Amino acid sequence: MQGFRFDPLRLPPEAAATRQRIRAYLSSEREAGRFAANRSWDSFDPDFSRRLGPAGFIGMTWPKRYGGQERSALERFVVTEELLASGAPCGAHWVADRQSGPQILKHGSERARQEILPRIAAGECYFGIGMSEPDSGSDLAAVRTRAVPADEGWRINGSKIWTSNAHRAHYLIALVRTEPPGEDRHAGLTQFVIDLSAPGLTIRPIRNMAGHHEFNEVFFEDHLVADDMRIGPPGKGWQMVLGELAFERAGPERFMSDYRLLVEAIDRAGPSPDARQAVEIGRLVSHAAGLRRMVTSIAGLIEQGEVPGVEAALMKDVGTTFEREVPEVVRRIAPAEPSLDDPADRYVDALARVTLQAPSYTLRGGTREILRGMIARGLGLR
Amino acid sequence: MSHPDDMNDSLSQLLLDQAERLFAEHAPRQVLEAADAGTPPEALWTALEEAGFPLALVPEEQGGAGLEVADGMRLVRLAAYHAAPVPLAETMLAAWLWSRAGGDPPDGEITLAPARPGQRAGIAGGILEGTADGVPWGARARHCLVFAQDASGNPCLALVGAQQRSARPGGRNIAFEPRDRLQFDRVQLAATALRPAPLLDSDGFLPLGAILRSQQMVGAMQRCLDHALGYAGERVQFGRPIAKFQAIQHMLAVAAGHLAAATAVADMAIDAMTAGETANGDLALAAAIAKARTGEAAGEVAAICHQVHGAMGFTQEHPLHYATRRLWSWRDEFGSEPFWQERIGRRVCAAGGEALWPMLAGA
Repeated sequence: MQGFRFDPLRLPPEAAATRQRIRAYLSSEREAGRFAANRSWDSFDPDFSRRLGPAGFIGMTWPKRYGGQERSALERFVVTEELLASGAPCGAHWVADRQSGPQILKHGSERARQEILPRIAAGECYFGIGMSEPDSGSDLAAVRTRAVPADEGWRINGSKIWTSNAHRAHYLIALVRTEPPGEDRHAGLTQFVIDLSAPGLTIRPIRNMAGHHEFNEVFFEDHLVADDMRIGPPGKGWQMVLGELAFERAGPERFMSDYRLLVEAIDRAGPSPDARQAVEIGRLVSHAAGLRRMVTSIAGLIEQGEVPGVEAALMKDVGTTFEREVPEVVRRIAPAEPSLDDPADRYVDALARVTLQAPSYTLRGGTREILRGMIARGLGLR
Repeated sequence: MSHPDDMNDSLSQLLLDQAERLFAEHAPRQVLEAADAGTPPEALWTALEEAGFPLALVPEEQGGAGLEVADGMRLVRLAAYHAAPVPLAETMLAAWLWSRAGGDPPDGEITLAPARPGQRAGIAGGILEGTADGVPWGARARHCLVFAQDASGNPCLALVGAQQRSARPGGRNIAFEPRDRLQFDRVQLAATALRPAPLLDSDGFLPLGAILRSQQMVGAMQRCLDHALGYAGERVQFGRPIAKFQAIQHMLAVAAGHLAAATAVADMAIDAMTAGETANGDLALAAAIAKARTGEAAGEVAAICHQVHGAMGFTQEHPLHYATRRLWSWRDEFGSEPFWQERIGRRVCAAGGEALWPMLAGA
């Protein structure tokens, strides 16, 4: 069998030091009453991000001249998992720090780097993801939004959908068609950095089933973008987007989105659980332990400069399966009627939030079915 | 970046290549069939002894090969991949423990008793007393390493020869591996045959036995998946190999996910074993996590791989069952998933929700 690379990894001493720093920072935030517990990366709290950036925890791996700290990917990894474990409201800067910033750093123009990266690192600049379109979800190469050369740049027409935070983010990175589709449907696509405050854009809210406004539809009507806001060479957007997706899928948020519900369920079961509670909690913990080791190993590949596409897909599939299970398991061993109307009851509140969010876990960032196709290709079946 | 395997990669690769050849030569189909029918694979064991594998983990000055624990566990996985019907894993662990207790390990198979939760042996005045069920190769092994506690509860190891124990042979797990009942009826031990037990607490062999079975399940799951990938590529239905059907691809992707997760926790248990005596509590936890997760994965992987093989995998002729019957046996030995899950759950709940993260992160 073609093995997947989940090599053991021991985190280096500097990662341990960073862990102590972020833990100290987060407890000071909590003690100051600056964040309610049990949030995750689907939150949006710019105030939290504006404090976290200056504290040195955003854009950590980037060069200092772009506002970064020149830390290792493993130190950044430790910060992300500590944010999730603590239930910090870390969502506002999440996409920018995880994928948009790295994409601009690696493939963007010098102007884009200088203008945008320091603001991301300061925790004041946020990104959305411009991939899906109304007729192009899992089949990403079918995007129809089109950019044509215009004076000093490109003119874009079309639309993007399911764009989280488009109404409160500053930019998105959009994948658009710059050449007509040919025999190779992956050719002729290009990524651009889109300034959401520029003319030629209309943002329409799409409320989710909980009634919350998180994602949007974004319409482009003769929207002009400068050529130096292009990511990578024209026509090479597919290669760009694959690299971006590997980062999007590779992190601890792919098994820790509802970590705080597990914490609350443990406390609800109490120090002397019955056998069934102990068995089910023990089972979930055994899963979390394996996933944590897998995601650490992927962080090691990223630190070595690799793009772990298949490993990330596998980890996300296994990790989001776990995330989907958590609410289903805990409601059976610690029965409660979920409600959003009693935040003081942290278990009931977390159960309600997660129940309403859980269907998205196995959709966002690539559906389970797409991921399994990628894993099958890695196994040599396709 | 630190990578704990770098140092030994070439050495362990040499060893694994040698072992691969050995199993291919001495554990072919006919040997597995004969073992199922009750004929022990003498030539295989002899070859393993000549290669020094049973004493692989024992330090060189005590007559062993001085192999790292991690390399030894890779050997255990490989033996399981080949469904080698011998107590290699048990002997390696027993010899390792006995040598760490200061004893010189004997030749021949060594088994471990008790092997089941709730079973105990006692020691008083150099006399061993107790009963153990389901002991791997209990009747056949030349020696049995017994975990016993004295009147004050101190953990001890006793090395008991075949003549000193009475066995009720004939028990087998569903892979037809011997699982015998042993009785230690006022066994008088020589001074050199009784030693304080290193690494072990009142759980006796359960945690380390669970780690062994976890490694073996990883090896056997790998074999199942290899069988299934091969079969899916060959079997043609509706004009194409079934590997081309999305339903089959997704089933095998799920199996690969379980295997990857199981491998991760089995690796974690190896790290805990390597860390040794200083981390006793962590060893118990790592063993519990490994056995709980690999045992669960074993059931899923076996089910998927059988489904992919259709009726062919259900026959005696097809070799898939040598791996799957072992998975279904091993997941229940040295404590089943619920046994270990409950242990984990009680520990986690007692510590409280906020203590879980430092435990998972190991910091």
